[in-house]
Amino acid sequence: MSNERATGTTRVKRGMAEMLKGGVIMDVVDATQAKIAEDAGAVAVMALERVPADIRAQGGVARMSDPDLIEGIKAAVSIPVMAKARIGHFVEAQVLQSLAVDYIDESEVLTPADYAHHIDKWQFTVPFVCGATNLGEALRRITEGAAMIRSKGEAGTGDVSNAVTHMRTIRSEIAALSAMPKDELYSAAKEHRAPYELIAEVAELGKLPVVLFTAGGIATPADAALMMQLGADGVFVGSGIFKSGDPAKRAKAIVEATANYQDPDVIARVSAGLGEAMVGINVDDIPVPHRLAERGW
Amino acid sequence: MNRRPIVGVLALQGDVREHARALATCDVDVREVRTPAHLQGVNGLVIPGGESTTMSKLLDFQGLLDPLRERIGAGMPVYGSCAGMILLAASILDGRADQVALGAIDMVVRRNAFGAQVDSFEADIAVSGCGPEPLRAVFIRAPWVESVGEQVEVLSRVVTPTGADRIVAVRQGAAMATSFHPELTSDARVHALFVEMVRQHA
Repeated sequence: MSNERATGTTRVKRGMAEMLKGGVIMDVVDATQAKIAEDAGAVAVMALERVPADIRAQGGVARMSDPDLIEGIKAAVSIPVMAKARIGHFVEAQVLQSLAVDYIDESEVLTPADYAHHIDKWQFTVPFVCGATNLGEALRRITEGAAMIRSKGEAGTGDVSNAVTHMRTIRSEIAALSAMPKDELYSAAKEHRAPYELIAEVAELGKLPVVLFTAGGIATPADAALMMQLGADGVFVGSGIFKSGDPAKRAKAIVEATANYQDPDVIARVSAGLGEAMVGINVDDIPVPHRLAERGW
Repeated sequence: MNRRPIVGVLALQGDVREHARALATCDVDVREVRTPAHLQGVNGLVIPGGESTTMSKLLDFQGLLDPLRERIGAGMPVYGSCAGMILLAASILDGRADQVALGAIDMVVRRNAFGAQVDSFEADIAVSGCGPEPLRAVFIRAPWVESVGEQVEVLSRVVTPTGADRIVAVRQGAAMATSFHPELTSDARVHALFVEMVRQHA
């Protein structure tokens, strides 16, 4: 009965992210970790070569995962599989699309491939998520075709403070736009270095036109609930799970805390007896050139 | 029924807001359902799109599984889109062994049947009960209905790229399910159809 079918439309791309809301997306490096994430109730897994804490510790150039590992992860789980490509590396993105991953994260956690241009994401059928530290950055990514945004935070630290700062910044900049007289939106567009049409749309909606997740430094159930209370639609957890003492238990607890983010009784219950959290690094102790959130613009 | 019906949206995970917005245009009170207490007093329930395996686990964690089975068994109207359709099925193909099948509709549902996200699509389809105008249906890593029992009314089908004819909308008694996401468009005809079922039941 159906006639013309359209794939890769904006609605289909943004709609996929809507289905992830209220959920936890977990970084995994192999099929075993992916299975643990799915068993815990993750809404999706994110395939990458090394978790951010290891990228930070080991240094070197961080790239897209080996396609064999991605295929292995896809075969191991039934939930959506996302994968990271380097900023501006449109061929890594082409490869990931050819592997039929469900979402591509053009991510500052990997070493950027291009310091001037992000990927032209409109050229792809597969949707993209990108990081942002503020509203203007989010809108520039949406202009390039991102169908989902995550606040950047500072990946691989277990320090939630930057995630908080970025989420608060985005929310307060949106609130300011919504309260602004219409004739001031033109110069607001200039200040945010974003197209006027998107600025006007955000002012009208009071939110981004795409789903906004949080990422970078979330290590505990309370961290996840904090970010949800600050307005995140859902949570990415990277090193926080597989760099902790009991990944399966912690993963499940973070899923349950995210779903019950307004209920301190539940958060208290699931936070108990989780074993060691990831050790963590204070963002302030990381020299600025080594801060991942500074990548991208 | 004289007063406005209260329609719940299962709010454990997924596109809860979009369903709530669509329902709000249908002259009902909308309530988010997270706990057994929330479930009491709703006249019908929508199970949204999202990740069915995650929702399964959270239904159990929240202690909602048995109360929900009881309400559905007692005839409470339910509507599920996408993940919601999977949860309402009698049995699930390509799912996890431990995932919940509420059995509200006598159907076998195949999860992610249309393929990965690159195969997700939108198309105009006819849906029985929604009038002659085609409806823009959004399919996201969508399931289809592999087979149905005799009591199930098929509301819509689509032809897959390989030429197969697949069921994508069904109704049985007070339960309805769609593979697609009417909540992602501004067309609330599917929600209006469900609200009509809720009114008739109440």
